[in-house]
Amino acid sequence: MDIGLLVFLPVLGAIASLLSRLKRPGPDHVQRHALVALIAPAICLLLLLSYLPRIQSGEALVYSLSWVPEIGLGLAFRLDGLSWLFATLITGIGCLIIVYARYYFAGKDTAGRFFILIQLFMTAMLGIVLSENLLFMLVFWELTSLVSFLLIGFTWSSRNARRGARMSLVITGGGGLALLGGILLLGQIVGSYQITDVLAATDTIVSDDRYPLTLSLILLGAFTKSAQAPFHLWLPHAMAAPTPVSAYLHSATMVKAGLFLMARLHPAMGDTELWFSLITITGMVTLMVGAFVAMFMHDIKGLLAYSTISHLGLITLLIGMGSEMAMAAALFHLTVHALFKAPLFMMAGIVDQATGSRDMRNINGLWRTMPALMLITAVPAAAMAGLPLMSGYLSKKMLFSESLLVTAPHWATTLIPVWVTVAGLFSVAYSVRIFHNVFFNGQPVDLPHWPPRRKPAGMLIPLFILASASLLVGLAPQATYDTVIHLAVMATSMTHLPLYDFSELSDAQGPAMMSMIAMLGGVVFYLARGPLFAIHRQLPDVDAKNIFEQIMQQSIRFAQSLVYRLENGSLQRYLAFILVAAIAPALWMLTGYTGWQGPSALTEVNPMVVFGAVILCLSAIGVALFHHQRLPALLLLSVTGLFVTLAFAQFSAPDLALTQLSVEVMAVVIMMLALSFLPQTSPRESGAGRIARDLVLAGLAGTGIALFAYAVLTRPAETISGYFLANSVPGGGGTNVVNVILVDFRGFDTLGEITVLGIAAVAVFAFTRDLHLKERVASAGTAKGFAEPHPVILQMVSRMALPIALLVSAFIFLRGHNMPGGGFIAGLVTAVALTLQYMAGGLVWAQERMLTHFRPLIGAGLLIATATGLGSWVVGYPFLTSAFSHMDWPLIGEFELATALLFDLGVYTTVVGATLLILANLGKLMTVAGPGQEVG
Amino acid sequence: MELVIAITLGVLTSTGVYLILRARTFSVVLGLTLLSHGVNLFLFSMGRLTTASPAVIGLVENYTDPLPQALVLTAIVISFSMTAFVVVLALKAAVELRSDHVDGEDPNEDRQ
Repeated sequence: MDIGLLVFLPVLGAIASLLSRLKRPGPDHVQRHALVALIAPAICLLLLLSYLPRIQSGEALVYSLSWVPEIGLGLAFRLDGLSWLFATLITGIGCLIIVYARYYFAGKDTAGRFFILIQLFMTAMLGIVLSENLLFMLVFWELTSLVSFLLIGFTWSSRNARRGARMSLVITGGGGLALLGGILLLGQIVGSYQITDVLAATDTIVSDDRYPLTLSLILLGAFTKSAQAPFHLWLPHAMAAPTPVSAYLHSATMVKAGLFLMARLHPAMGDTELWFSLITITGMVTLMVGAFVAMFMHDIKGLLAYSTISHLGLITLLIGMGSEMAMAAALFHLTVHALFKAPLFMMAGIVDQATGSRDMRNINGLWRTMPALMLITAVPAAAMAGLPLMSGYLSKKMLFSESLLVTAPHWATTLIPVWVTVAGLFSVAYSVRIFHNVFFNGQPVDLPHWPPRRKPAGMLIPLFILASASLLVGLAPQATYDTVIHLAVMATSMTHLPLYDFSELSDAQGPAMMSMIAMLGGVVFYLARGPLFAIHRQLPDVDAKNIFEQIMQQSIRFAQSLVYRLENGSLQRYLAFILVAAIAPALWMLTGYTGWQGPSALTEVNPMVVFGAVILCLSAIGVALFHHQRLPALLLLSVTGLFVTLAFAQFSAPDLALTQLSVEVMAVVIMMLALSFLPQTSPRESGAGRIARDLVLAGLAGTGIALFAYAVLTRPAETISGYFLANSVPGGGGTNVVNVILVDFRGFDTLGEITVLGIAAVAVFAFTRDLHLKERVASAGTAKGFAEPHPVILQMVSRMALPIALLVSAFIFLRGHNMPGGGFIAGLVTAVALTLQYMAGGLVWAQERMLTHFRPLIGAGLLIATATGLGSWVVGYPFLTSAFSHMDWPLIGEFELATALLFDLGVYTTVVGATLLILANLGKLMTVAGPGQEVG
Repeated sequence: MELVIAITLGVLTSTGVYLILRARTFSVVLGLTLLSHGVNLFLFSMGRLTTASPAVIGLVENYTDPLPQALVLTAIVISFSMTAFVVVLALKAAVELRSDHVDGEDPNEDRQ
């Protein structure tokens, strides 16, 4: 568990920092922030040190907690030699960075934000190195990209910072996507995302067909993160971040994540030709590009950034070689590099703050004013150059001796040694330059602050500690290696190997020669820098940022044009896309399917049905043909509706026929009302191409439905209705099975449905509330036939018809449980009867005579239905269980009293209320009073 | 017989789809109504079409499948309420935007 604690402690620390930030900033608030921020990393470091004995016994501590086992995602942590080495570097250097930042940010309000982000970053980084689950690791991986984005853009008022931040996010985030793909593939190959399982499945992975793709994707993620060419572009621009960030994220830790990943997966995926060529070549190119460009940088941080790239390339090259000894050299150099690069960055920050400049053409001769800084910096600079007795000397010699051991492939045997010697030469040159230029080389030129501002001595403490550590490693390499690095190397090769023998290294002739060449060449190169810089200035100036911005702009333009094509604001086009998306897969899957004709024999053709079907089809086609003439189209539509009703009646569905009939009346009335406010014709505006496209889509959709229907109808029916038919009378107490299903078996559906009806009605009410039609629609309601709005005969007949209609609806309602009818139909009949009154007598006349408003009616209906359901709950049955008994009513006969009847009453009330609310509010628009008065 | 039903369903769907692809809201409402007729009939026919056998216990000997009927009954009422809603939406849009084009603006407005 405490391994998990290790990862999440810094988050707690970040929260503590956040809280400490709430306190009003005082004169020493940075000090307070720094102390608060130091707690969690310090505890982590102590915890890690306490683990060392167990790690040294060769143990791999794994702690896991299942999270989403279905997709192999778990909260699992792993602490072995490799992750211990990384975690210790992360927390150790992190602590020193916080100390450094306490001085760097002194007197700045942004300090609090920095301490929060740096601890979040620490969590992310520890998560990467300690995760046992690859998917889980990926989450932390992306988190480092995000936090890095925030830290590079720390001073967001600067355009450079914003652009640098975006660039790093795009490149590392893009690499993260590739890595996700790679890890998913790896997980599929292995069948598990646990690192333990992956490491145990080497043969499966390497022999799989997907191995090249998987490896390429994973390496893409690693290369982008670790700034390998050509993805190194983001790192120099990340230097816009505050210097503590550069020292920590962009030299010592985050950029090493890619190297960590390669080292971690090396036992599982390494030692193949592909591994060798991909990684080695990338490493070689990066090593050379970084070293060469660093030579010509004038900005201290720029030089350090490119030198970091170069060193990352070096380590990558060693990992690519893949032998145990190369891996030992890689991890040794990784540690050495972290120890010398972080203090050099810190030095750059101090010089920057003291003099106000980072340009080495101006900063010279600082040894007079900053002797202590000069002395401390001498150690890491010498280590970077690889001078004898320094840690960098050893790691460079390890590299040289490994490069001589490469035997295959053919091209590499001589190229690699020469290549690394030349790169070593460059690195000597730029190391000499940064030290000599800054601290010697004559007098300073035009510095913003001169004499330099004094920086507190405490700022030198972290430099001193790191420089001492670097020195110590150089003086006692064997002890360092044996204590920590050897364990990490074992984790990357999964074998017990002999300890690296440094005494052998010092005896070797070849590496010593190469070091000598590099050192002398580097010094010569530095001395000849004047003419070389002049030549370099002649070279075309390629600014990576401009290229990147161009690519960004182009991809944005491409995305925009694509979006415009897909999403141009035309709803017709969207709908066509949706239809195509529905039709195309069906067309693709079903082309060539021949089983449309089922086994059942076709039934005899009934002339009546054919006649009805022909009229139905003709009227539907008529609607489509004449839709420009809206009123005729609407009339034809009502014909269609009527024949649909007849179809229901013909095929044994009296309930449906009754419902459809009354709905049809209401729907046509509503559409007519609406039409009186809308233009009477639709313009002919579709071009021939559009019409052809729509005809094709419509034809395909219709053909598809027809084929499906035919295929189903010619096959024997399998139904689940047997249960309903059998239980309708004994269970539901009614003989009309359709109604019993509605109010009993599937009562919950019906409750939902009347709720929808109510909501639609209330929505209509809300929409029409503030609608001012008379003023706004010019072409609407041109007073055609408005002269005599309420014919007398209609008034008289409708008034007489009302009681009869209501009686019929009551009859339909009551018998509904046993015979066709029920709440829906009765409600619609009542609504139709009342609508007739509105049409005949006018809105005001009818409204005055209504006993109740409509919205309360909807609410009451829903309440009755719900209460009925809850009633059965109260007496201990499931929601909406019905109870019933039969009783004899004089004259009417046997009558059944069921709670379902009460439920149906709720349905009835809601239907009446909702329908009338819709109609009355649409009708209201026609009145002179307009929307002034609320209806319903 | 099955062929007749299938063709009718196809025609209802085709005309409905064609109309919902039109540019004016009223045509779309017409199309939606036709489409819901088509869908309701399609669902209904999934219970197979039999004549003179309503699912009323005791009335006849063989019952038709009542389940699709119950489903379609709710579908009819829902499509009615949706039609009413869409009609009012179209009305509101036409008034507020001064155009009954589905996109809320006449494509030729600028040129006029």
